[in-house]
Amino acid sequence: MSDGPAVPVLRAEGLVKTHHGEGAPVRAVRGVDLSVARGEFVAVTGPSGAGKSTLLHLLGGLQRPDGGSIWLDGRCTDSFSEARWAVERRKAIGIVFQFFNLVSNLSVADNVELPALLAGVPPRRARAEREELLAELGLEGKERSMPGELSGGEQQRVALARALVNHPPLLLADEPAGSLDSKGTREVMRLLSRFHGRGQSIVLVTHDARLASAADRVISFFDGRIADDAALDGTPSRRPGTSGVLKLRD
Amino acid sequence: MRLPLLALLARGPAHGYELKQDLEQLLGSAYPQPNVGQIYVTLGRLEKSGLIEGEDVEQSSRPNKKVYHLTDAGREALHAWFEETEDEPRVRDEFFMKLALAPQTGLTDQIALINRQRRQYLNTMRNLSKLAAAENRDNRIAHLLIEGAMLHLQADLDWLERCQEELEELE
Repeated sequence: MSDGPAVPVLRAEGLVKTHHGEGAPVRAVRGVDLSVARGEFVAVTGPSGAGKSTLLHLLGGLQRPDGGSIWLDGRCTDSFSEARWAVERRKAIGIVFQFFNLVSNLSVADNVELPALLAGVPPRRARAEREELLAELGLEGKERSMPGELSGGEQQRVALARALVNHPPLLLADEPAGSLDSKGTREVMRLLSRFHGRGQSIVLVTHDARLASAADRVISFFDGRIADDAALDGTPSRRPGTSGVLKLRD
Repeated sequence: MRLPLLALLARGPAHGYELKQDLEQLLGSAYPQPNVGQIYVTLGRLEKSGLIEGEDVEQSSRPNKKVYHLTDAGREALHAWFEETEDEPRVRDEFFMKLALAPQTGLTDQIALINRQRRQYLNTMRNLSKLAAAENRDNRIAHLLIEGAMLHLQADLDWLERCQEELEELE
């Protein structure tokens, strides 16, 4: 694997995707260039229907672009088959979705261990990884629960454990707090920040600015295109900024 | 600052420095720390207007300190404060004027204005997240203050998004 520091964990060039359904074709992604450095946390925000979820699906190989190319760790994916993408999603890319997409008739423990076992990890190690992650995510004691018995926030944490069990270099998150209450949102935000702090590369699609503000970089996506790409420095600005927003009146 | 100080004194007499500490503890790091001079000045004004009264208390090795208590008029003012509702937050009107007027000046375009403004809001949002992460988890009042600020900012960001959607269609 070529993983010199200069090789981005993810790179896309000229991505185009048009949905042909009923009615007029929808140009969901209209020429996107994007590079995500190793260890970077990038948020993509924009109104619903802007095409940001389609973009994420292209990046994870869940949909194929009509034009353009994607490189994972410097490897061009143009010639990847569906099966090859499935392997990448097991090993190189972890994905979490808005509606968790857990296997409803498998226990929490099995949901998390399954991708490890499919990737050829010995059962004992898969189990150890699962135990460590569930403990880390505050889910001890829930191993034998079924997904339907958990709250939304808990299900999303299980989904996060499942996505990270094989230590993928890249985590893709599609509105991970979209169906959670504000407490669940804060929890997801805290966890993403924590994994990012340990070097996890993350691409997060969200309409929630609070969630997006956990990222190093925010891409504003409008009408299938990148409208703005801003690094958040988080350094206090010369403006009233934070203290101005919080200031109680005299 | 006037009414919050009155509210703190409703509980019982206190001196200036105590009031500063009470405020800090209640509001946490989220609230820009009131400086002690500002508090003494405000207490002086409250006393002049008859809402509180101060009594000098002798201290052996230090200058006298002044302990304040609420007067009946002060209690009345506090009642009135709680009775009243507050004004709604306002749309960022200066930004709105820029947005409305930019096209006719030919000096900048609206999307650039929106992008710049969004960057600032996002940076502030990030600072608020950091503030929330650093604040003591048990201080609910402080967390509610930060969350309120974040929700306002979220609304401003949503509105910027609406502006961008509408204005990009015209391009």
